[in-house]
Amino acid sequence: MAHAATLEPLDPTHRLATLEGVDEGVNTCVHCGLCLPYCPTYAELGTEMDSPRGRIVLIKSLAEGRIALTESVVDHLSLCLGCRACETVCPSGVPYGQLIEAAKAEIERQRPGGPLRRLFRWVNFALLLPRPRLLGLAASALRIYQRSGLQRLVRATRLLRLLPGGLPAWEALLPDLPPARERGRLPEVVPAEGARRGRVGLLTGCVQAVVFGAHNRATARVLALNGVEVRVPREQACCGALHAHAGEHARAQELARRTIDVFDAVSVEAVVVNSSGCGAHMKAYGHLLKDDPVYAERARAFSLKVQDVAEFLAREPLRGPRAPVPMTVTYHDPCHVIHGQKIRNQPRQLLGQIPGLTLVELKEADWCCGSAGIYNLTQPEMAARLQERKVQHILATGAAAVVTANPGCIIQIVQGLRARGSPIKVLHLVEILDAAYRRGPEA
Amino acid sequence: MTTLTESRRQSLGRALEGIVGKAAVLTDPQELMVYESDGLTLFRALADFVVFPTSTQQVSALVRLADAEGLPFVARGAGTGLSGGCLPTEGGLVIALSRMTRILEVDYDNQLAVVEPGLVNLHLSWAVGPRGYYYAPDPASQQACTIGGNIANNSGGPHTLKYGVTTNHVLGLEVVLPDGEVVWLGGKTRDPLGYDLTGVFVGSEGTFGIATKIVVRLLKKPQAVKTVLAAFDEIDRASEAVSAIIARGLVPAALEMIDQVTIQAVEDAFGCGYPRDAAAALLIELDGLAAGMEAQAERVVAACREAGAREVRTAKDEAERQLLWKGRKSAFGAYGRVSPAYMVMDGVIPRTKLPYVLRRVNEIVAAANLRVGNVFHAGDGNLHPNILYDPRRPGEEARVVQAGAEILKVCAEVGGSISGEHGIGLEKMDYMPFIFSPADLATMHRVKEAFNPRGLCNPGKIFPTKKSCVETGPAYRAHPIEEKGLAQRF
Repeated sequence: MAHAATLEPLDPTHRLATLEGVDEGVNTCVHCGLCLPYCPTYAELGTEMDSPRGRIVLIKSLAEGRIALTESVVDHLSLCLGCRACETVCPSGVPYGQLIEAAKAEIERQRPGGPLRRLFRWVNFALLLPRPRLLGLAASALRIYQRSGLQRLVRATRLLRLLPGGLPAWEALLPDLPPARERGRLPEVVPAEGARRGRVGLLTGCVQAVVFGAHNRATARVLALNGVEVRVPREQACCGALHAHAGEHARAQELARRTIDVFDAVSVEAVVVNSSGCGAHMKAYGHLLKDDPVYAERARAFSLKVQDVAEFLAREPLRGPRAPVPMTVTYHDPCHVIHGQKIRNQPRQLLGQIPGLTLVELKEADWCCGSAGIYNLTQPEMAARLQERKVQHILATGAAAVVTANPGCIIQIVQGLRARGSPIKVLHLVEILDAAYRRGPEA
Repeated sequence: MTTLTESRRQSLGRALEGIVGKAAVLTDPQELMVYESDGLTLFRALADFVVFPTSTQQVSALVRLADAEGLPFVARGAGTGLSGGCLPTEGGLVIALSRMTRILEVDYDNQLAVVEPGLVNLHLSWAVGPRGYYYAPDPASQQACTIGGNIANNSGGPHTLKYGVTTNHVLGLEVVLPDGEVVWLGGKTRDPLGYDLTGVFVGSEGTFGIATKIVVRLLKKPQAVKTVLAAFDEIDRASEAVSAIIARGLVPAALEMIDQVTIQAVEDAFGCGYPRDAAAALLIELDGLAAGMEAQAERVVAACREAGAREVRTAKDEAERQLLWKGRKSAFGAYGRVSPAYMVMDGVIPRTKLPYVLRRVNEIVAAANLRVGNVFHAGDGNLHPNILYDPRRPGEEARVVQAGAEILKVCAEVGGSISGEHGIGLEKMDYMPFIFSPADLATMHRVKEAFNPRGLCNPGKIFPTKKSCVETGPAYRAHPIEEKGLAQRF
């Protein structure tokens, strides 16, 4: 370089690819910085290590062996929500979601943590999530904990303080779990009503099935009323999205293979998903299994079949009579719907087909609410700041309900609104569609 | 990077924490590394500290400390600059203004706002938009760049053609001078008396101090806007259309050219509606009163057709208009789709020389065995050739720098200049002699010394480092008027 000798030149010989496959991704970033103001953590902190561009510099430097995975580097990478708002605004097309997942996997590999953390992760990721029945039992146990007065006792005595790491935050975020009968499974086949439009598979999900079984049933009903036969394979488990986001790469791949097998067996035109994190992740199976000699091709084909429920329904005008729902609502875009799957207009278009409903736009509707998978457990402080930001915007709309499309967002927003004593309801898009079909929302 | 001893580093760190708090000082090398570049990745420099003040008082205290300790310092906004202007070339302190983002006051009746320097340019227009106002200077990076950074570089943008650059929209500044003193330059009135020190400060690239409050003008949104896209099969024809439009006495709000390499990159990025196979396209925007707008648009369309446009269309609604602008304004970033790195040049030429200079640009880049994408403010002759390269290929960076220098030389030779809006920064210091004589540079240096006598405020920028260098070059010679006792050196 012609200029000052104090400047360190780029050294192309110092490349040490500890992070496989991120090379091309990080080099797509030209450091323009247009992503900065769209990153929630940068907006909150103003520090570039907590911006997409800064994290890419860290990942690139890790891959090149320029820096080591120190405490502070881990902190900054872990503080990423994975909301992928940066991808939506990136002119260069940096596959940021893949980069941060690779980085988080590397963190897990190098720093698995103490035995308690490992046990907690093992129980969740290896034991419960892949086994719907066990997860159901665990949910029943937690419901007993919530209903028996034990929860109140534990909270009152502050016993939680004795628990390690993220557990107290986890306990605080537990939604009220519905009784087991409400988790009642859908039949394996829900027949189409009226003129037949096609046949789809429905992912019932892991946490979704336990906490929001009602959403699955509403989804199946609305699809059936629109002429769609819904197949609900019994053998399905977790799609592996939570694993991938938490750096559990191998288990994520295992669950992806299983999900592909289960749905390929029932031959459907589309696999409909009502939980956005799952949908976005399943659309990326092609990338996740690209090096799998047996599954690579099948995974690519499967990803093309995956559709968010709003995306699927909005392809044709809604069918059948819908009763007026005289209500003002606002819509919160789940990150993995808007940024992960680029679905912006479809949910709004569907809401527009409900008579009597008024939709008011939410400020920063496409900003993360802080839920972000298990982020509100691992990063409770930032999650709370973003929750507060979201709740303030919701309160400002004057709407009677917030409509959204993801279990994590619903839990996070319900908790935020409840903490402020707000009566504003939080509904899944399929619930309000279902309500219109069933004549008016409850209460 | 300065070579601070460990004990000095620690004591300075403690002193900085005493001013802004522990959570607002970075000292960890991994964290500092994130701040080693701006939007131009060709240069890197590591600071000793990055600090995040939240008030004028804190900025002033930081600068006083730096001054007392002899520590170089430089302000940074969003780091979207394209000339390395905010890099800590001599180490020291980066004063990041990303936590000073408030809009302190909006006075609609007097059409002005008072803002902090870290405010994102576009966020100001968002804030006043519902009342029908906007902030006119619109650099392509306006979704991310800060108004403080715009002040430093006197930034322009596509709408510069009709509305002028940043300096035309700044009424006053609260400034922390390089010794820590807080002063006001200008104010809220339109016609201040005395020297236009606000005008001197705007465009000083962070070498005269740090603006901590900025009084900007707000404009009423135009009643009507028409955006025309014209596609051409030859670049020369597009250049001719530019002159033809101006020759007809039309004053578009913006008149932009975008070439094929760039069109393809932005179409890949966002699918904005530019014809992929066109050699070049013009994006022409007219704004003003609704009456007569149609007639003006027709004259623009006619000028394009006569110059040989193969397709001319008008954006049918605001959504299409926004999409076309999104393509234009995302162009630099979109080069990431076709190249791992690029260096953008910022030459200015007389409009009539467009066809000649564009041909020379292509020749120079081709001779260096590189590729170029052009996207620029054709109406005011502000070129942005973007030389595409791969820093991993040995020797390529040097060829890029060489080709860039030749391009700027051509701009200077045809009567233009080496920077329209990106600033000189680090990148173009050594090209200053293309257009300025040693006497010019010495005069500029004196102005700088009036503000920044110790040179601690953003050192190592603007002035050439080589033979013609003023800072380390030939010994100081007194000017004749000084010898006569009529003037005094600061």
